[in-house]
Amino acid sequence: MSHIGLAHYLAVAAVLFTIGVLGIFVNRKNVIVILMSIELILLAVNINLVAFSAFLHEVTGQIFAMIVLTVAAAEAAVGLAILVTFFRNRGDIAVDDASMMKG
Amino acid sequence: MSPETLVTVLVFAPLAGAIIAGLFGRRIGDTASMAVTTGLLFLSCLLGWIAFFNTVAGTWHFTHQVAPFIDVGTFRSAWSVRVDSLSAVMLVVVTTVSALVHLYSWGYMAEDDSKPRFFAYLSFFTFSMLALVTAADFMQLFFGWEGVGLASYLLIGFWFKKPTANAAAIKAFVVNRIGDFGFALGIMTTYWVFGTIRFAEIFPQVAAHAKQGWEFAGHSFYAVDLACALLFVGAMGKSAQFFLHTWLPDAMEGPTPVSALIHAATMVTAGVYMVCLLSPMYEYAPVARDIVCIIGAVTALFAATVGLAQNDIKRVIAYSTCSQLGYMFFAAGVGAYQASMFHLFTHAFFKGLLFLAAGSVITAMHHEQDMRAMGGLWRKTPWTYAVMLAGTLAITGVGIPYVDLGFAGFYSKDAIINAAYNAAAHGSGVGWFAFVIGVLAAGLTSFYSWRLIFMTFHGTPKWAGGGHDDHAHADAHDGGHDDHARHGPLDPHESPWVMLVPLLLLALGAVAAGAVFAPQFIGEGRGEFWKGAIFNLGPSMLTDAPNLPLWVVLAPLTVTAIGFVSAWWVYIRHEGMGARIAARRGPVWSFLYNKWYFDELYDATFVRLARWLGDLFWKGGDQRMIDGLGPDGVSAVSYAVGRRTGRFQSGYVYHYAFVMLVGVVALLSYGLWFFSRGGR
Amino acid sequence: MDLQAIAFWLLSAVTIGSALGVVAARNPVHSVLFLIAAFFSAAGLFVLLGAEFLAMLLVIVYVGAVAVLFLFVVMMMDVDFDALKQGFARYLPLGGAVAGVLVIEMAVVAISVAHNGAAAKNAAPAASSAGVTNAETIGRVLYTDYVYYFQAAGLVLLVAMIGAIVLTLKHKPGVRRQSIADQVARTPASGLRVVTIKSGEGIAP
Repeated sequence: MSHIGLAHYLAVAAVLFTIGVLGIFVNRKNVIVILMSIELILLAVNINLVAFSAFLHEVTGQIFAMIVLTVAAAEAAVGLAILVTFFRNRGDIAVDDASMMKG
Repeated sequence: MSPETLVTVLVFAPLAGAIIAGLFGRRIGDTASMAVTTGLLFLSCLLGWIAFFNTVAGTWHFTHQVAPFIDVGTFRSAWSVRVDSLSAVMLVVVTTVSALVHLYSWGYMAEDDSKPRFFAYLSFFTFSMLALVTAADFMQLFFGWEGVGLASYLLIGFWFKKPTANAAAIKAFVVNRIGDFGFALGIMTTYWVFGTIRFAEIFPQVAAHAKQGWEFAGHSFYAVDLACALLFVGAMGKSAQFFLHTWLPDAMEGPTPVSALIHAATMVTAGVYMVCLLSPMYEYAPVARDIVCIIGAVTALFAATVGLAQNDIKRVIAYSTCSQLGYMFFAAGVGAYQASMFHLFTHAFFKGLLFLAAGSVITAMHHEQDMRAMGGLWRKTPWTYAVMLAGTLAITGVGIPYVDLGFAGFYSKDAIINAAYNAAAHGSGVGWFAFVIGVLAAGLTSFYSWRLIFMTFHGTPKWAGGGHDDHAHADAHDGGHDDHARHGPLDPHESPWVMLVPLLLLALGAVAAGAVFAPQFIGEGRGEFWKGAIFNLGPSMLTDAPNLPLWVVLAPLTVTAIGFVSAWWVYIRHEGMGARIAARRGPVWSFLYNKWYFDELYDATFVRLARWLGDLFWKGGDQRMIDGLGPDGVSAVSYAVGRRTGRFQSGYVYHYAFVMLVGVVALLSYGLWFFSRGGR
Repeated sequence: MDLQAIAFWLLSAVTIGSALGVVAARNPVHSVLFLIAAFFSAAGLFVLLGAEFLAMLLVIVYVGAVAVLFLFVVMMMDVDFDALKQGFARYLPLGGAVAGVLVIEMAVVAISVAHNGAAAKNAAPAASSAGVTNAETIGRVLYTDYVYYFQAAGLVLLVAMIGAIVLTLKHKPGVRRQSIADQVARTPASGLRVVTIKSGEGIAP
C-alpha cells in the first residue's frame, strides 16, 4: 500500500468517472450540474491518460490530455451558451420535461 | 382456283372480315365494316355451296394441311381443312345461315352504336365454327370448340352495359366449361388409347381396340366407351342437353341475330356434329350410345314441357331448339347418324327462320318480347307472319306420309322417330324409350309452336290503346334511342327489306330443303352421299315408311294435329284461358315455368358451394394467410416495431444519457467476459 | 508511508469528496466551488505524476476559465434551484446500482492492467528525467509530431468561440452605442453649420 502504483491512480479515475456519470443521472433537472458532471468525467479521463503516460514513460498521453482539456473548455463554453439561450427562451433551466426532440 | 385454295379461302375469309371490322372498325366506319364482313361471308357462302356440290358429286374428298401446329412425340396436330360429305354439309349450313344473319343484322342492329364490333364478333364466330367443322384432328376441333364458346360469350354479353347480359354470358361460358372439361378428358383418353389425335389415324384402329379395358376412378371400363362418354359430356355442354342446359335460355339476352346464328343453327349443333363425325368410335361404344340416346330423349321432353309455359317469345324458341337438339342426339344414339345430320340441316333453316322472324316481331313491337303484350299482328306484319307460319309448319313436321310430301321438318323428324322405332323393334329398350318420348315431344312441340303463333299474331291486340313504357326493353338497346315515335299507342309495322330477304330465303329452305335433300341424306342416295363419312357397324336404323307399321307412321302426324287443336282451343277459341291457367300458379305450371327448378337447384348446390370455396380461398387463404404473412403482415409488423422502438427517442436528455451509460456497462461487461476467457 | 503516499491519499480523498460535493450540493454556487476544489486536487495528482506543466494548465484553464464561467452563469440565472433538486432520491437507487457496476468493472480492469500490462514493469513515474522539464518534453513533440492536432485544437477553440457568440449575442433595442466608424467618418459638411449672427441676438434653434 505504501507504494503507489498505476492501479491506484486508475482506481481514482474510475471512481471519479462514476461519480460524474451518477451526477448526470440524478440531476436531471439542473442542467448546470449536468455540465459540471461532464467536466468531472473529462477530468477522470485526463487523470487516466496522465497516469499511463507517466508509468509508460511516454509523453503522448499528456499531449492527448492537453487536447482533451482544450476540447473540454470549448464544450463547456458552447454548452453554457446553449444553456443561456435555453434559459432566455424558457425562463427556467429545468430540462426534465424538455422533450421537443421526441422521436 | 384449286379446291384446296378455295376451301382455305372459304374458311379464312370470315376471319379476315373479323380482323378488319374488329381492329379498324372505328376508322373505316360502320357501313364499311358491315359491308366488308357481309361481303366476305357471302363469298364464303358461295364457295361453300360450290364445295358442297363438288363433294356430293364425288370429285372432292381431301384433307388439306394449311400449317403445322404441334409436333411433340406422337402428339401431332396441324391446321387443316378436311373436306368430306359431313364437313361439306356443315360448311353449307354455317356459311349460309351466317351470311343471311349478317345481312339481317344490317336492319336489326341499325340503331346500335357498336356495329363494327358486332359484325366482327359474328365473323369471328363463323371462322371458329368453320375451323371446327373442317378439323382433321381433335386439337383443331377443340380450338374451334373453344372459339365458338368465346364468340358466344362475347355476343351474349354484347350489350355489356346490361348486368343481366353479363351474367348470362358468364353463365354460358362457365357451363360450357364444365362440358369442355369432360371433352378434354375424352380427348386425353382417346390419345392414350390410340396414340394419336388425328381422325384419319384413329378411325381405322377403333375396331382393334374395341375390347380394350381402362381403369378410371377405381372402376374398369371399356376404353372406347369411356372416351365416347366423356366426349359426349362436352357435347352436352355445347348443345345444352339435360343437366348442362341452363345457359341456353339465358343466352337469349344477346341480340336476336346472335340467337339465330349461334343458339339455333350452328354452335349448339357442334355437339351433334362431333358425335356424327366420331360415328366410327361411337359404333363401338354401345354404353356411350345408350347414354347419348337417353340424355337426348330426356332433353327433348324436358325442353318441350318447359317451353309450354314461357312467355318470352325468344325463350320459347330457345327451348324449342333445346328439344330439337335432343331429337338429334337420340337419333345418333340409336345409330341413325344420317337422320341426325339431316335434322341438323333442316333445323338450321327453320330454327334460324323462326328466330329471325321473332326478331322481326320484336322490332315491330318496339323491342317488346313478352308474348302477353302482343296479339293480332298478322295484319300489321304480313310477311313476318307468313314466314313464321312456314317455319312453324316445318318444325311441327306437317306433311303427308306415304306420298313423302311435306315441309322440311316432316322428313327429318319422322325419319328420327321411325329410326327409334326400328331400333326398338330390333330389341333396344333404349330405343323404345326414345320412340315414346319422341312422339310425346312432337305433340308438345306442336302445341307450343302454335301457341306462339296464336299469341303473337292472332287474338286481340294487347298493344293497342296505351303506351307500353312499363314493358319497354329500352335499356336492351345499347345507347339507343328508338326512332319510332313513342307517343301514343304502339303501331307495329313491317320490317325493312334487308331483314325480310333473309327471312324469305330461309323460308324457302324450311319449305323445300326436306323434299329436295331427303333422298341424299337419308334415302336411297345416302350411300353415295355420305361416302363413308358416317360409319355404321350393323345395319342402319334408317328405314322408310313402307317397312313400318301404320300406327308408327301416323303417330307423329296425329300428335301434331292434337297439339294444333289444343293450342287453338286454349288460345283462340277460349282466349284468355292460358292466362287464367298461368295466373292460378298451380304446382304443374310453376314447375314448368321455373324450368323444373334447375336453376334453383344448381344455385343451391354448385353455385353456393363454389362461392363458399372461393370465399374460403380468398378470405382465408389469400387475404389472411398470404397477405397476412406477406405484404400486410410485414408492413404491420414493421409499423408496430417502429412505433415501439420510436419510444426510445423520448426527447429527454437524461434518457439518452442513461442509455449511453447502460451501453458502456454492457460493452465493458462483454469485454471483460470475452478477454477473461483468454481472448480469441 | 512516505510522503508521496500520504500526498496521494490526501489528494485522492479531496478529489473524490469534492466530486461528491459537486453532485450532491444543494446550492449551485457550492457545486461550482466543489468543482474548483476537485480541479485543484487533481492538479496536485498530476504533479505527483511528474506532469507539472499539465497541472498548471489544469489550474489556469479549468479553474481560471471554465469554472469561473460556470460561476458567472450560475450567478446570472435567476433560477429556483431548490425545485430542481427534486427527484434526487428517486433516481438514486437505479443510478447508483448501474454506477456501482461500472466502477467495479473499471477497477477490475485497472488492476489487471496495472499488474499485467506494459506499465507493470515500470516502478515509478519518471519525473523530469535527465533534467528535462515536463514543459520541454511536451514542447519537443507538440510542435513537431503532433502539430496537426495542435492546430486542430486551435480550430476547435475558434469554432467554439464563434458558436458561443452567435448563440448569445443579442442586440437589445433601445441601447445606445457608439459607432466609431460613423464618428470618424463625419465630415465638416455634415457636422458643422456656420451661422452669421448679429451681436445681442440669440440663435434660433
